[in-house]
Amino acid sequence: MASPESRARSLRKHHKERLSERTIRQALFLSAILSIVVLIAIFVTIAYQAIEFFKQVSIVEFLTGTRWTPLFQPQHFGVLPLVAGTLWVSAIALSTAVPIGLGAAVFLSQYAPSRVRRVVKPILEILAGIPTVVYGYFALTFVTPLLMRFFPTVTVFNALSAGLVMGIMIVPMVSSLSEDAMIAVPDLLREGAYALGAKRHEVATRVVVPTALSGIVASIILSMSRAVGETMIVSIAMGSTPRLTLNPLEGMQAMTAYITQISLGEIPFGTLEYSTIFAVGITLFAIVFLVNLVAYWFTRRYSELYSGL
Amino acid sequence: MKARDTGRETRRRLTGTVLLSLFVLSTGIAIIALAVLIMDTASDGAPWLSWHLLTSFPSRDPKQAGLRSALLGSIWIAALTGAICFPLGVGSAIYLHEYAPKNRLTSFINLNIFNLSGVPSILYGLLGLGLFVDLLALGRSIIAGALTMALLVLPMVIVASREALVTVPEGRRFGAYALGASQWQVVRRVVLPEALPGILTGTVLAMSRAIGEAAPMIAISALLYVTFDPTSPLDRFTVLPIQIFNWVSRPQAAFAGLAAAGIIVLLVLLLAMNAAAIIIRDRYQKRVRE
Amino acid sequence: MSSLTIETKALSVWFGRNHAVRNISLGIPANRITAIIGPSGCGKSTLLRCFNRMNDLIPTARVEGVVLLNGENIYESDVDPTEVRRRVGMVFQKPNPFPKSVYENAAFGPRLNGIGSESELNSIVRRSLEAAALWDEVKDRLDDSAIGLSGGQQQRLCIARALAVDPEVILMDEPCSALDPQATAKIEQLMTELARSYTVVVVTHNMQQAARVSNYTAFMYLGEMVEFGLTDEIFENPKNELTENYITGRFG
Repeated sequence: MASPESRARSLRKHHKERLSERTIRQALFLSAILSIVVLIAIFVTIAYQAIEFFKQVSIVEFLTGTRWTPLFQPQHFGVLPLVAGTLWVSAIALSTAVPIGLGAAVFLSQYAPSRVRRVVKPILEILAGIPTVVYGYFALTFVTPLLMRFFPTVTVFNALSAGLVMGIMIVPMVSSLSEDAMIAVPDLLREGAYALGAKRHEVATRVVVPTALSGIVASIILSMSRAVGETMIVSIAMGSTPRLTLNPLEGMQAMTAYITQISLGEIPFGTLEYSTIFAVGITLFAIVFLVNLVAYWFTRRYSELYSGL
Repeated sequence: MKARDTGRETRRRLTGTVLLSLFVLSTGIAIIALAVLIMDTASDGAPWLSWHLLTSFPSRDPKQAGLRSALLGSIWIAALTGAICFPLGVGSAIYLHEYAPKNRLTSFINLNIFNLSGVPSILYGLLGLGLFVDLLALGRSIIAGALTMALLVLPMVIVASREALVTVPEGRRFGAYALGASQWQVVRRVVLPEALPGILTGTVLAMSRAIGEAAPMIAISALLYVTFDPTSPLDRFTVLPIQIFNWVSRPQAAFAGLAAAGIIVLLVLLLAMNAAAIIIRDRYQKRVRE
Repeated sequence: MSSLTIETKALSVWFGRNHAVRNISLGIPANRITAIIGPSGCGKSTLLRCFNRMNDLIPTARVEGVVLLNGENIYESDVDPTEVRRRVGMVFQKPNPFPKSVYENAAFGPRLNGIGSESELNSIVRRSLEAAALWDEVKDRLDDSAIGLSGGQQQRLCIARALAVDPEVILMDEPCSALDPQATAKIEQLMTELARSYTVVVVTHNMQQAARVSNYTAFMYLGEMVEFGLTDEIFENPKNELTENYITGRFG
């Protein structure tokens, strides 16, 4: 029986309890807002220092100049060699990762029995978890000497070696995102194709892949943004001399590698040379942002086409 | 129905075989690459593994060099990063899952978490440099590094925590509400205890990611040669990936071997942390299955 | 005529545009068992959840009207819902013990209310488990996980848990529908025991159960209260044709 004390308790809200519930809610809200704050902070911090740079160097020279020599006299501030280096290594990485990753994705989602999947998928996850500095070591000490045996013109630092290894690093990303996209294709579609007499490879290439295309392309674009932002492989194996060239067998410097190089050079705060890392940083930010935007737009646009499923 | 023996049928079957071989080959290349990588690194580094390696400071003489400062730095960073991003990540996830109304601000926050995970890690390094090292005058210290890493791995912790919160069945919350619990009491006494193993797994995985990252730490620490034990969060530091990078960058062949040995130590550390995360997760699965 | 613990006046509930409970004025007599019966979807669970403001937790729900608990309107703007829920307890259709020990489940409510001393908690836990006819079966297993109990034991634990906060009313939403006949019989017996000290409201789609156990019965159809009265009268001499059709099994 409810005791007299229990009955006597008022139904009304106690002021203190209401207050503490509200405080807790606000504190939790603040931590959630943090993620937005961080993104803004990244942009603002980098832009702030980059502005210092652009006060002294014209944007036109920065974006169109073909020589990057901020540490030597005479100083040149054209960022194109760095961008070219980044694009070269990313292109090589994607050319490696996409065929391998897609092939693995098709195999895992359309062919492989569950025993095989249970073994292969963890292996791919391990590949994804290896620190990039390990890949850099591998590129410099194993892949480059190997390439040198086949291509005598390969130099110790070169974009090809870095690109190939970066490609291997990216394979798990392409493979698992594409695999998710392919698994999402309704069984109904696949069964319809089989019922029409299609063979397994035809179902895979003519039905599954085209239907999953938006997800596959999105995975490729996201991998590209990963490649563009990668730092250690390019710092270790690609080179530290900015060079605008069409030859991937030579050494070049990527944007991220430049930032690493300057960070280790004990350049004093507040100098023009120090602000160059932020100028390069904001260019990198802009490229990655654009790439992600394209990926987002692409998924939105093409997933509508197939949402009639 | 016998299979038709026309030329077209044969072509189809052949295409099928070729394609299957290509798909298997792709998968195989990825696996072989991993195997080669591990074997090559292990064979290069094994001769250099020793207790001496773990306890000595780096040196110009390869025979004297060791990982002591880097190992200590990595442990400091991992611990502080975990301590910082755990409350922040869990708090965000709790707010987003238990409290947030379904409005545009909430979807925007969720979208943003996805965006953040796509930002290159070096840019987090620049953020840390400009904000923690310079503006907040924390110097190139461990705490600046840990704060930077905490921001980097925060999306991981938030996502893992959210997934853990989702696995708590709705009925439990109703049961607690019906007993007169306030929202925070429901979260603290019913939801969190059950979601905790999943949250811890996510945090340990985030810490292991923090150990492997070099780029942001290079931007913050800027030191390749550390010959002291860090004793406070305000000390300068180096971490394992930076030390490995340092050794790889030296031309002498002996340093390449040292680098490989450092890689082995790093990978063992990562393996241990991932194993811990998996053990936590499995214990949790067992409890729930009862 | 016994006094009314709960009284509703013109109570309506909307889920978006769905008018789930329509203008119900009803009185729940104290220390009796009142059963609410009706076909699926008639709104009986929704009505039940008004009595402890659990509908507040559903974002699309809107409640209008008055619900009096011992004369006080629980829907007044400055009333604390958690306080209401301490006075009006609830047992759910699917037993939902927390993944904690039997002891911790029973002690959960008292701990919320600030009772921390071990001796006090021990006696409350024991009293509640005894009142729920579960003590003898679990007294040696208090620290074992509640999830390891059988379905019927889990449900009695949920009843004990609700009793531990010292409520006046116990609401039961189809408490036996997930249980086997033996467990059901035990709980029905328990209900009669509980009515001596508490006011009990049971939602059930099992008419025989309502006829067996309850003192009063309310019949709902499409959100409206069709008929309310002494159980014997409702089942033997229904005044409304709809009620008669439902009871004789012509629909529902």
